[in-house]
This record gives sequence, C-alpha cells and structure tokens, in this order.
Amino acid sequence: MNETNWGLESVSVDFGNTHALQDVSVTLSPRTIVGVAGGDGSGKTTLLRTLLGLLTPSSGAVDRPDGDDVGYLPAGSGIYPDLTVEENLKFAAGAYGVRGDDYRAARDELLARTGLDEAHDRLGGKLSGGMRQKLGLAMSLVHRPRLLVLDEPSTGVDPVSRSELWRLVSEAARDGASVVMTTTYLDEAGRCDAVCVLDEGVVLLQGPPNDLVAGIGGRVGETTSRPETRYAWRRGASWRVWSPDEFNSSAVRPVNPDLQDAVIVAALRRRHETGEVAA
Amino acid sequence: MMLADTGGVSKKFGDFTAVDGVDLTVARREVVGLLGANGAGKTTLMRMLLGLISPTSGRVELFGETITPDARRRIGYVPQGLGLYEDLTVAENLEFVARAFGVDPPEFGDLASSKDVLVRELSLGLRRRTAFLGALSHQPELLVLDEPTSGVDVIARSDLWETIRATAEEGAGVLVSTHHLEEVDQCDRIVVMAGGRIVLAGTMAEIVGDTVSGTERTERFERRFAELAIA
Repeated sequence: MNETNWGLESVSVDFGNTHALQDVSVTLSPRTIVGVAGGDGSGKTTLLRTLLGLLTPSSGAVDRPDGDDVGYLPAGSGIYPDLTVEENLKFAAGAYGVRGDDYRAARDELLARTGLDEAHDRLGGKLSGGMRQKLGLAMSLVHRPRLLVLDEPSTGVDPVSRSELWRLVSEAARDGASVVMTTTYLDEAGRCDAVCVLDEGVVLLQGPPNDLVAGIGGRVGETTSRPETRYAWRRGASWRVWSPDEFNSSAVRPVNPDLQDAVIVAALRRRHETGEVAA
Repeated sequence: MMLADTGGVSKKFGDFTAVDGVDLTVARREVVGLLGANGAGKTTLMRMLLGLISPTSGRVELFGETITPDARRRIGYVPQGLGLYEDLTVAENLEFVARAFGVDPPEFGDLASSKDVLVRELSLGLRRRTAFLGALSHQPELLVLDEPTSGVDVIARSDLWETIRATAEEGAGVLVSTHHLEEVDQCDRIVVMAGGRIVLAGTMAEIVGDTVSGTERTERFERRFAELAIA
C-alpha cells in the first residue's frame, strides 16, 4: 500500500478580480475521508477542480496521483441517461482501460455492492436520484483509484440511499483510497475524519469534527425569547446564542454544541469582526 | 380550523397508488416537516394540497373547505427550483408576483443592494431570499416549501429559518418537504411517508431521541428511515 498523501498546499485561485480560493491547504491521506463544507459559491467545487488539475492555481502547490489513479463523481452524478446502468459502467471502465476479466470482476462486485444488479439493464435516465448517485459512484470506483473525489454525492438523495452511499464511500476508504467529498450539510460533514469549512473562498474552520466543536471557545446556550445579541441563530422554535463568557441570564440554558453550532459561531465571528455585517 | 387538512386521501395513477389513505394537518403557528424517500408520495401529496391535481378518493381541505380557486391566493409556495424569472431583476420578479396577487411589492430589506440585479446573476442564497420574499408578499396563511434551504451556507440558512419561523409566529402554518436532518431539526413535528402512507409522525425527539449529539443523531435518523422504508 502506497502511503503518499495528496492535496493542496497554500493554494489560491483567482477568476479575474474574484478570489475563488485564498491560501487553502488540505491534506488527503489513505483510508481517510475529508469533507469540504460550505454554501453555494464558497469555493468547494473550485477546490475539487483545482485538485483534479482542471483549474490552474494562481499560487500554491497541488499534489495528486497520475490521471488514471483518480476517481471523480461530478455534481449531478455525470451518468449518461441514454445508456443502461451496465453500459454506463462499461463506458467508464473503457475510459480507464479496465477490460476483460478485470472489468467483469469489477462490474459484478460494484453492481452487487451498490444494489444496482437488478437494475443493470435500466436506462440511466430512468433511475431515482439515489440510484443515479450510486451508479456515478460505481463509475468513479471501477478502476480502483487511490484518490476518490466526490462533488456533493448526497444532494437530491433520500436518507435511505444516503446511508447506502455513505457505506460505499466508507468501504472505498477502508480499502485504501484517500477520499475528499463536498457537502452543504454539516451533519454529513460531521461524519468525515476531517472537515474543511469554506466561506467565500477562505478556510473558516479545519480539523476533525470533534476538535472543531471542542474548540468553539465560549459558551453556547438555548433560549426561547428573541435574544439581543447578534451572535444568535435559529434552532427550531428556539434560538441558540453564543457568548465568550458564562451566560448571566437565567433565560439561557447551556447546551452541548454540535458542528453546526461551531460553524455558525465561526461564520458570525468572521462577519462581525471584519465588519461585513451590521449589527 | 386547520389550514390544511386531509382525511384518508389517496391518489392513483393507473394501477400505481402514489398516495394511500393519508391524514395530514397543518395548524396555524406550526412548522410541519414532510419526509420520505424519493417516490414515497410527498410531491403528489403537496400537489393535491396546492390544488394542482385532484385526489382519487378522500378529502382535501384548505382553510376549512374544499379547495376553491380563492384558496390559492392564501398559499405561498416556494418550489425547489424556486420558480423565479432569471432574465428579470429582483425588483421585477417581486413586482410581477405582487401584481399577480394584487398586492404592493414587499420591502426589499437585505435585498435592497441587489434589487436591480438579474436573478440569474445572483448567488443561490440571494435567489432563495428573493423567492421567499415573493412567496410571502401576499401574506399567505399557509406556506408550502420544498427543501427550502438546500445549497446555502449556514448563515443564509439561519436567516431563511428566521424568516420561516417569524412567518409561523405571525400566525401562518408551514409545510416543509425535506431530506435533511438539519431542516428536520427546525420543525415542530414531522410526518414521514413511505410507499404512499404515513409511517411515522411526531417530534424529532420522539424519533431519534433528545440527548444524542450531531453525528450520532444523523446515523439514527437514517437508520430509522431505512427501517420504515423497508417496513
């Protein structure tokens, strides 16, 4: 097993005057899943495209294996709607030079593991969102890449298929792949070994999820009446608030924060402290 | 009076039963999450509530009576695709929607600096904000939202939920269809569909437990879902 790490080192990417990524470093290691989280326009896809060599950084270094050693699941799965499940898989295998017995073995294993064996002759365009993503993932795994790059694998996927996708991704990591995936949902990012949260092209938070929650600084509490502080956000019918010190109001009940809280606190601090958002 | 109320409602397409005997209510001031795998019947149920298709059998009522053309004016709807005109500006989109409902265009609020920007040039967060403002301009009593915060960052998501919650607190009822725990967490109660039926209804705490944290809750949520979908 090759233990090489891949990733980005101090990478910046500019589109004209727009800084799409600023000084971003991400390390990808075998048997490890790294989640890149952030909203639309935060730089997640730019990061993946830079890693894949589709974009050239303005500065910084990119380390990736040779072309054939990378598997890529684009946003929206990238499958061909006019080809059947098996034809999609065969096409991907052909593109990576996987043929003959190697192909048949990979096909049988991937169809069984994704549960797509019964749908092997169904057209890609007739698959549900979850099945499409599983087929896209199977296509990205057919040549057993050492680096697996997944762009929003769970978007448009229901919770049952999502848990199956997650199992497949975990198995790929367990078998030795370095995995990087983007997501807009922090409960999903929280399942990765490490998370890189992007906000407007800048790394807002980075590290193992538990470390990020532990490192939140200050206190997070819950209250049922609208708080005065601008460090407040909605959680259901109540609000969550952050304070650098103990809460001195009995109306605020301290809670154990989660990754979502940690990211919101970091984002609010960044905005308020850089003066981008008025009180 | 319930804002939305279905009793044993079913919808068949040929031999296929998309919705099978569903009882669903949405009251004033509550946010109800509608969950289910693809094909569970969520969209068909929502389309019946919006008056776009008729049930095969059972009862669908809005505002205490069978659906009338007037009922549509009391509903605000934000589809997943947002339903905005990409070649119009934010202001033009909002004016167009307001005129269709015969009301004044809404205040721009935090969209003021973007009001003359074409919708297609907006970030997804601001597009969602525009669609919300438009859907709320006629002060609907029932708000129907399809995956309302998908794709936006945490701050924009928290702002959207603030708007949804404020709308409910002012007296509207909200029905939200979603796949994601982070949205489910914002609802007062949830209704889970599988195979056209309601298989579970209750609060999030009743479904995954109250005290578990982040990742564990996600895993329990998905496991619970898998059990229900197979049942």
